[in-house]
Amino acid sequence: MDKPVKIEVKNLNFYYGEFQALQNNSLNFHINEVSALIGPSGCGKSTFLRCLNRMNDLISISRVEGNILLDGLDIYDSSVDVVMLRSRIGMVFQKPNPFPKTIFENVAYGLRVNGIKDKGLIENRVEESLKLAAIWDEVKDRMNESALGLSGGQQQRLCIARALAVEPEILLMDEPCSALDPIATQKIEELIYQLKKSFTIIIVTHNMQQAARVSDITAFFYLGELIETGETNTIFTRPKLKQTEDYITGRFG
Amino acid sequence: MSISLSSLQRRRNLLQKIVFNIFRLAALINGLALFIIIYFMIANGWKAINWTFLTQPPVDSMTKGGILPCIVGTLCLSIGAILIAMPIGVASAIYLNEYARPGPLIRVIRLGINNLAGIPSIVFGLFGLAFFVVWLKMGVSIIAGALTLGAMTLPVMIGSTEEALRAVPDTYREASLGLGATKWQTIYRVVLPAALPGILTGTILGVSRAAGETAPIMFTAAVFFTPSLPVSIFDEVMALPYHIYVLATAGTEIEATRHLQYGTALVLIFLVLGMNLIAIIYRSRLRKRMQ
Repeated sequence: MDKPVKIEVKNLNFYYGEFQALQNNSLNFHINEVSALIGPSGCGKSTFLRCLNRMNDLISISRVEGNILLDGLDIYDSSVDVVMLRSRIGMVFQKPNPFPKTIFENVAYGLRVNGIKDKGLIENRVEESLKLAAIWDEVKDRMNESALGLSGGQQQRLCIARALAVEPEILLMDEPCSALDPIATQKIEELIYQLKKSFTIIIVTHNMQQAARVSDITAFFYLGELIETGETNTIFTRPKLKQTEDYITGRFG
Repeated sequence: MSISLSSLQRRRNLLQKIVFNIFRLAALINGLALFIIIYFMIANGWKAINWTFLTQPPVDSMTKGGILPCIVGTLCLSIGAILIAMPIGVASAIYLNEYARPGPLIRVIRLGINNLAGIPSIVFGLFGLAFFVVWLKMGVSIIAGALTLGAMTLPVMIGSTEEALRAVPDTYREASLGLGATKWQTIYRVVLPAALPGILTGTILGVSRAAGETAPIMFTAAVFFTPSLPVSIFDEVMALPYHIYVLATAGTEIEATRHLQYGTALVLIFLVLGMNLIAIIYRSRLRKRMQ
């Protein structure tokens, strides 16, 4: 764990109204590493992920305590512009959610909203992003067709390309393969492996094998608490706590 | 296990058949009602319709001639009403659905909108007379009538726009915000285009209602008779529904102008259908582009 820290989460508490969904979580994420957040449904791993790009701000009754430092700067500080923050942190969602626009416009969207007008630059960046997301060959001849005509796995890779086009530093993935078949899942996992060379990746997953395959660091959540964290190898072969062992071996979940 | 029909299963199948046929009948009655109305109008009115009828003003105490001023008047009033109701309605719906935080203020506004929808049209007419015509000194004019019709159309507009906005999946909003778009960019570039077909449906309903109303315009915009076409929004006009009302109740020769009344009604129906058709074609093209 000598890679530099990208995100430092300190004593994070999160509330939906009266309900406390996250209890005093502290965790670091490092550059060029894939961190997997695992745990049973409702354990708070998605909530945790959504704190990192302040997507939880959309929920009016929510409240956050503690600090999340991105390159040492607190993202919940009043001086932080949440729109700027989100353009540095890409997000991929559970269900593929391309806009009802053309394939090209989907990827160009992030550039356009961030004020880029240069046509040549946009075209280059769209192509680069689609190549990076390993979908270029499948869509290069149908850039002006609707993105909704793609298969689920293609849509998800398009969504990854869309996120990459903005050139974020961090990629958050909220169960990105849960709606996909095994072949599409494999493609995404290979992609994650490629992308970690340039990004900090944090992935929420329900799939234990997936966490074991793609991640360097695994964090196990249960009932809003961060139970155990460590190198993925260690967590899956010699977990310190019985709770962790029970979960990864499928004795409860 | 036997797969032949037991008496219980026979009864279940019979019940299902009966229920479906009742539903089918209900749907048929709907279609039939529209068919009868249109057939009745065409049967009684088509003889009145000819080139003169569509292109000339009425003559001889409105017992002969055409209804051109009424067609123009109704077009002006309905387009005016939509120009007023659509921006305000869409803006209100965006505020209520996308920006406003739930609270007592929002509840009061919603209560107001819902009650506005329940107010009888004649009350809108009286309000328009008192507020636009007299108090704001607009006089009996296109603008006063369009504002009154617009106010009446507003709740329909807001309701259907809100419905259309709610139908846009939140995942679109999250994806857009996640890419560093502002809330307004998200609404303008993703939510509104996705909701546009639904908003157009509301507009169709609104314009149809506005075009056919008599009560809101009889004190605010429409006149018994004027042979000239309007040249400004402060002119008074004739209007199709009011013309029918006048011919059928206060004309000099009610029985003798029956065919003119049906002819006018027929023109009104086709005018509304025509406006709907334009919106429907545009809407289906939008939908196709999104698929």
